[in-house]
Amino acid sequence: MPERTVAVASRTGLHARPAKLFVQEAARLGVPVQIRVDGRRPVPATSMLGVLSLGAVQGTMVTLSAEGDGAAEALDALAALLSRDLDE
Amino acid sequence: MSELTGIGVSPGRVAGPVCRMAGPPALPASPVVVRSVGEALEAVAAELDRRAGAASGPAAEILQAQAMMAADPMLREEAERLAAEGLDAAHALDAAFARHRQALAELGGYFAERAADLDDLRNRAVAAALGLPMPGIPAPGRPFVLVAEDLSPADTATLDESVVAIVTEKGGPTSHTAILARARGIPAIVACAGALSLAEEELVSVDGAAGLLRTGLTPAEVASVQAAHREERARLRAGRGPGRTADGHPVPLMLNIGSAADLDFCADSGDSEGVGLFRTEFLFLDRRTEPSLEEQAAAYAEVFARCPKVVVRTLDAGTDKPLPFLGLPGEPNPALGIRGLRVDRVRPAVLDTQLEAIARAAETATADVWVMAPMVTTWQEAAAFAAAARAKGLRRVGVMVEVPAAALMADRLLEHVDFLSVGTNDLGQYAFAADRQHPGLADLLDPRQPALLRLVAECARAGAAAGKPVGVCGEAAGDPTLAPILVGLGVTSLSMSATSVPAVREALAGLTLEECRDLARAALG
Repeated sequence: MPERTVAVASRTGLHARPAKLFVQEAARLGVPVQIRVDGRRPVPATSMLGVLSLGAVQGTMVTLSAEGDGAAEALDALAALLSRDLDE
Repeated sequence: MSELTGIGVSPGRVAGPVCRMAGPPALPASPVVVRSVGEALEAVAAELDRRAGAASGPAAEILQAQAMMAADPMLREEAERLAAEGLDAAHALDAAFARHRQALAELGGYFAERAADLDDLRNRAVAAALGLPMPGIPAPGRPFVLVAEDLSPADTATLDESVVAIVTEKGGPTSHTAILARARGIPAIVACAGALSLAEEELVSVDGAAGLLRTGLTPAEVASVQAAHREERARLRAGRGPGRTADGHPVPLMLNIGSAADLDFCADSGDSEGVGLFRTEFLFLDRRTEPSLEEQAAAYAEVFARCPKVVVRTLDAGTDKPLPFLGLPGEPNPALGIRGLRVDRVRPAVLDTQLEAIARAAETATADVWVMAPMVTTWQEAAAFAAAARAKGLRRVGVMVEVPAAALMADRLLEHVDFLSVGTNDLGQYAFAADRQHPGLADLLDPRQPALLRLVAECARAGAAAGKPVGVCGEAAGDPTLAPILVGLGVTSLSMSATSVPAVREALAGLTLEECRDLARAALG
């Protein structure tokens, strides 16, 4: 299954505004993407509560995965989003 | 027609139909199903989206994020699974929210703060499932008098212009409700017994100065009260110029602000004479790490560029207002613990960086920059703070008087600092041993209490003897009936929310200094 692993760049972590922007983008892309931190159960990228429950802070490595049509493009787009400081 | 009385906390006479804020719904013992899990969550998300659409800026973002949580696929899946196993919709939603709440609470820090958001969503969803009105500030789409038990800070974030007055059954003069109402210029009554039994849609008038609510108005009476209110606002807004008594004794009227953005709202105050209380907490809230020297200096410079004079208060946080980056352990009695300047005892680098940033921003500013510390108790603390600030090149250094011990030693404090600023809210809390947020102790927290005024008088006397300014920046300064008393006690400047300035300016202009002194003598009782 295609995967991308990136470090969360936002200062406040995957929380508040960054989490909202990420979940909105995942929903917009329409490809079922999962997100996880090492050793924990993956959650749907479209779940605000799931994404918050990762407890990802700035620098936490998170892994995105998806399958099927458009998976690679969706993963690239979401990985790029996570690598930016969304608090700016 | 009948009357209810409470404590008037924000002046103005207005009228309108009552709209009550619903409390959290109780889970029924036997199943009541009006809406399914999915329908209830969709209704909550739709309501929050609608509110987000009507809001702007940070409030809109917060509401959008909450709508996304209500529409969360994991939450819905879990609640639907519980419902399929036999729970009714309300209990299924309650259980699903509880699970997510716990998961967030266990993460701690910022994530735990979101757990409180879930409580609000849970209450809304359960109410929707049961067919009850959704809790939270109502949005009937027309002007209304908001009646509630009390308001939380979260409730107040969504208040808009359709709220003509606020009436709460609980709360005191220094509660969140009171402070917010004054800041927004919304007439308000707190501790108003019987308010919750007012009928929905009943036409009432509210006198936020006298603390009086009248019921049973006709639509024509409502219209005439509202017309008089608009005229009064326009008349006050037309007032201009520096604060002074009828005989020309100057009393600078300054503003309390929390960031440069607050200055945008200050246009209505009519030539304020600078900022008397610049709260710097905004820079530190929601931060995992301390803001850098450069970031702080830039934020301060933004305010300094827009005002002739600014009194900056250093960070007022601690175990009473926890900030994650300070990493302070919890305390059984936070109001009596490590807060305000006391944080310097355990995290000295924070104040050092902040003073450096203020000094750096002041260097190139045209504004006259004064700096003061919160929660100072002894002259030794005042002297140490003054030395630290002066070492950074800050020339005008003062302290806040919020602790009775500091008020009693005001003369000694003034041997070491250039000015005092009295925070009447905390001074009242500590002098009367009454929690500021306590709903049942409003009478003790009344800023007209003679013991509180005597402490203010002590500070003013010491200031006059030393030839140094003593201002008041607590809520009392913005009350047009109290401001003349404070001036009569010898207070040299008043700092308040921008919306309070016009009424205070007018109140002072109507009295001579001697008349203010007469009022003060009577008030010291």
